[in-house]
Amino acid sequence: MLDIATAYNKYIFLGNEFLTWIWFLIEKDQDIAAIIESNESISFSIGNSLVLENNLGDKSKEKITIKGDQAGLEEGTTALRKGASVTELNLLCKMGEEDEYKFTIKGESFNITGLKTPSTQTTKSEDELEGMILEKAFLLLKVTQVIDTLFLKYIELRISDDWKTKGLQEINNWIKG
Amino acid sequence: MGLISSTHSMSRYHIDGKFETAVMDEVRKGLIENAIPKQENMYEELSAGWTPYESPYNPDFEKFSFIFGTYFAFSLRIDKKSIPMKLVQKEMALAIEKKKEESGRDFLSKNEKSELKETILDVLMHKIPSIPNIYDILWSYEDKNLFLFTTQKAANELFETIFLNSFGLKPIRLFPYTIIETKSNFSEAQKDRVLSLSPLKYRKDNHA
Repeated sequence: MLDIATAYNKYIFLGNEFLTWIWFLIEKDQDIAAIIESNESISFSIGNSLVLENNLGDKSKEKITIKGDQAGLEEGTTALRKGASVTELNLLCKMGEEDEYKFTIKGESFNITGLKTPSTQTTKSEDELEGMILEKAFLLLKVTQVIDTLFLKYIELRISDDWKTKGLQEINNWIKG
Repeated sequence: MGLISSTHSMSRYHIDGKFETAVMDEVRKGLIENAIPKQENMYEELSAGWTPYESPYNPDFEKFSFIFGTYFAFSLRIDKKSIPMKLVQKEMALAIEKKKEESGRDFLSKNEKSELKETILDVLMHKIPSIPNIYDILWSYEDKNLFLFTTQKAANELFETIFLNSFGLKPIRLFPYTIIETKSNFSEAQKDRVLSLSPLKYRKDNHA
């Protein structure tokens, strides 16, 4: 394994590309459950924020932040055409019939902030604490497993032989509009 | 923003390695030996260690459990003293005036001023109480996953040091590269291909 600090900086772009790919999947209405071979239905939608960054070459960066529940994302695709990539994304993830997760994920660190899981029991009696922790643990592991599996699927595609002719081409076509 | 909150902020770890002996005994031993001291050290700027999830201010792992089903849940408490600079400036100004009056001089040397500052910092450090910050931890030992409920860099770094010292297992922060290394079934050839990737540019007729 590479030195952790070196690997972190060198492969930041993989996380950012992954977030861009999620956006592409959402826009193209792709079946996430089929991609990660899940028996349960899974759908993603963009939440209320999306951040892109563009390295301008002289060590300066251009940052584009789109916020709002019904915000138009056209400026985001324009930024992609100019060479930007998604660095942070607020997502809504629906699993099964009712379970809904909302969170913001950063491409470089995969840090998750503002995560709201499906509602769990809230009684704080000592007897029920264990049940609450087990329930919360189950939900947290479930959503992070979906993220990891989807990320590894992206990497599998990214290193496949037909990535340039198929995967990348499809993303470029979407960005071109 | 902890384990049982309505919203969470978290960083994730892969725990490298396994205990050679009884897991629960090893975890209990690591937690007890590295629990935050019950009594605050008046002169220490920073103090950090484990506390039970249910009892952040009484680090008693004999009384409170860290085992919840198949998970371990406990907290990292970081107590930090922070002296406001404006308070140091005020105390310095008062001390300089007093010293001038006592000595009958109208100036103090650089050495005298730095000695005064050192004394003031010592006194304030002793007087000011530590501010505790508590970060919950959820550890799924069997599948080597751990959640630390914060994304603050300083807390992450302290956690990594204390965890390794406590349990002898290395926590590997999960981010894109380490997820591939620790969570994938990729062959060595596939991992080599990942290492050779370079950033994409999404443009018309462009290729990676």
